Amino acid sequence: MIAITDIISPVLVARGAFWLMVTVTLTGALLAVAQRNIVHNILGLALAMFGITGIYLYLGSQFVAMMQFLIYVGAICMTYIFAIMLSPPIELELPKRRKAKVVTALFVSLVAFIVMVQMILSYKWAPVTSLSRDWSIETIGQQLLTRYFLVFELISLLLAIAIIGAIMIAGLVRRKN
Amino acid sequence: MESLTTYLVLGALLFCIGIFGMLQRSSLIGMLIATELILNGAGLNFMAFNMFLSENPATGQIFTLFIMGVAAAETAIALSIIITVYRKFKKIMADSVSELKG
Repeated sequence: MIAITDIISPVLVARGAFWLMVTVTLTGALLAVAQRNIVHNILGLALAMFGITGIYLYLGSQFVAMMQFLIYVGAICMTYIFAIMLSPPIELELPKRRKAKVVTALFVSLVAFIVMVQMILSYKWAPVTSLSRDWSIETIGQQLLTRYFLVFELISLLLAIAIIGAIMIAGLVRRKN
Repeated sequence: MESLTTYLVLGALLFCIGIFGMLQRSSLIGMLIATELILNGAGLNFMAFNMFLSENPATGQIFTLFIMGVAAAETAIALSIIITVYRKFKKIMADSVSELKG
């Protein structure tokens, strides 16, 4: 059995996989905003989320990567698809793309990007002296239920309220009509 | 690949692509998709700082998880609002739904 790491050095393979994931993310993000068709947008979003999953793996957290994949690709993109499939066709009237709007948006985002990159490059990030490398899920679970307990509970409450609110908003209007 | 700057620039790029989509789209669902990209840029920054600068590696991961929870709640509410708006106005273009304008 010949693995790919026998032919190319493992460092090169890892670097190539990283840049592949970056490319996938950026391609998906561009597809998600630049395409006219809304289904293509959602598929682009799913692609971008998949790329970010890979980048989270490089950042050392398998748990968050798995959650990213499950929640974004599995749940949020599916919700969008359902919302579109259950509503009447929306490509009946594709609005004319106004050039002035696109140019303004491009200008604003470019300026924001340049300012941000300048800030990132000009600041000297000082690494901490004591880096603990405890990435295990046990630690995350323990901290969630001790140090971050209040936030954890608030998020659960927020999700419950969001579900009830979504049902109320989408359901009540129909009953009235 | 092993430097903080790469990840920060990638996060900034995602954020700005999201801003571009948000300003340029006229359909409400398109703007919502751009919002997801913005939130992910922020989450990527949290994970990068967590990897390179944090003393406690659980903090950034927990923050990213919270961002995901907030994003899920936001999607549910926004989609139900969009469906309601569609039923009332028969349109989901942000320009044509201007009855709530102050």
